[in-house]
Amino acid sequence: MCLAVPAQVKSCDGNNAVVDLHGNRVRVSTVLVPEVKEGDWVLVHAGFAIQQLSAEDLKETWAVLDDLEKKGGGL
Amino acid sequence: MTQRLADSHAAIERLLDAAKALPKPAAFMEICGTHTVAAFRCGLHSLMPANVKLVSGPGCPVCVTSQGDIDMLIELAQRPGVTLCTYGDMLRVTGAKGSLEEARSGGADVRVIYCSLDAVKLAAAEPKRNVVFAAVGFETTTPATAVAVLEAERLGLTNFTALVSHKRILPAMRALLDSKQVNVDGFMCPGHVSAITGYATFATIVRRYKLPCVVAGFEDVQIAAALAKLVELARDRKASLENLYPQVVSRWGNRRAQNLMRRVFRPVDARWRGLGMIPDSGLAFRSRFSRFDAQSRYKITPIDSPEPPGCRCGDVITARCTPAECKLFAIACTPVRPIGPCMVSSEGTCQAWFKYKRQGKSIAASEDAVATPSQEARL
Ligand code: SF4
Repeated sequence: MCLAVPAQVKSCDGNNAVVDLHGNRVRVSTVLVPEVKEGDWVLVHAGFAIQQLSAEDLKETWAVLDDLEKKGGGL
Repeated sequence: MTQRLADSHAAIERLLDAAKALPKPAAFMEICGTHTVAAFRCGLHSLMPANVKLVSGPGCPVCVTSQGDIDMLIELAQRPGVTLCTYGDMLRVTGAKGSLEEARSGGADVRVIYCSLDAVKLAAAEPKRNVVFAAVGFETTTPATAVAVLEAERLGLTNFTALVSHKRILPAMRALLDSKQVNVDGFMCPGHVSAITGYATFATIVRRYKLPCVVAGFEDVQIAAALAKLVELARDRKASLENLYPQVVSRWGNRRAQNLMRRVFRPVDARWRGLGMIPDSGLAFRSRFSRFDAQSRYKITPIDSPEPPGCRCGDVITARCTPAECKLFAIACTPVRPIGPCMVSSEGTCQAWFKYKRQGKSIAASEDAVATPSQEARL
């Protein structure tokens, strides 16, 4: 249930953002990370961006989380 | 060889190397359902030397929820006028009167949501329904509930409540160690709980119990590196706190999320499956938000419900027994027909064992369909 997945912010609008999650555009709340902006990477859990990620260690590093989520590894 | 594979191999080498110099066999505990699944999935268990074990602790929120809380939830769902919103994980957990899924087939209005705010939106859109949100989860999930409650307050909703069984991980770790029923030589600490709480939370385990704590990510290489670090620390008899998931976890965590949680909730004693009542391990609404408390709104109190007969989930989540030691495992209890929450939840230890490590137990062919191929060393 503590599964969270990385996604890139495509656009921001107040307390919400549209992120790219496995190629899908998904709306998430950014109340917990109000400073994020377009282009940033965030960790998404249950419809909320819970943490901003540094841009260096992306994509390959996150393969397992992505896969676990696609297989329905819980929230 | 990709860099990643090379890193994984290097971590395993370090692990094997350090294990050779261990003064005695060592067992480490992970306390996160996602770690349970990720470790099995990457085949880590099969690569570990005989004197190192990684056991699962109370890290699956569905599994640690007490039977009384589950019964309360199912009873609420069956009340007329109530729409119960839940994360999918809770749907099939069985209580004295069946599961939420069964309640739904019996006519109860149970809806699976992905985001807590969906429950608030539903309450706003359907003012005649009494929407109850089943709020479960550790610190990773709790902020989402706090935000939902604040949003319901902002919208002035009177038909939104939450049945809160959120849990805090640190008090459970302490209770587990204080019980002296489990011997662990260190903890692999949960990456996404730590993202919210900050890794400093675990300093008290290091100080008070002289045990190493290593915060780990979820990729093959990250888990292997964390375990290697734990074995090295055990070898050197060094209790320290290490953060091996700095991409996500900071020392103090997400302060904003912590503040929101604190604004809405206060710590209370809570009952855990297998661990009983643990001081300050749960959360309750602060008085300003008491009108959102489903328990008081619907005058419902948790009963001291018995566990499903024969189920040893309580022992499994505290590492007092392995799933294979439960007589029902893979015989009467399978992911298709689960008996206890550890088999229901996709992150439960019993389900992980069923999928990745059946240990020669025979399984009916139809049930093989739900199990993923056996353990493969993917590292
Ligand atoms: S195998 Fe089933 S019955 Fe046994 S402990 Fe696990 S969930 Fe409970």
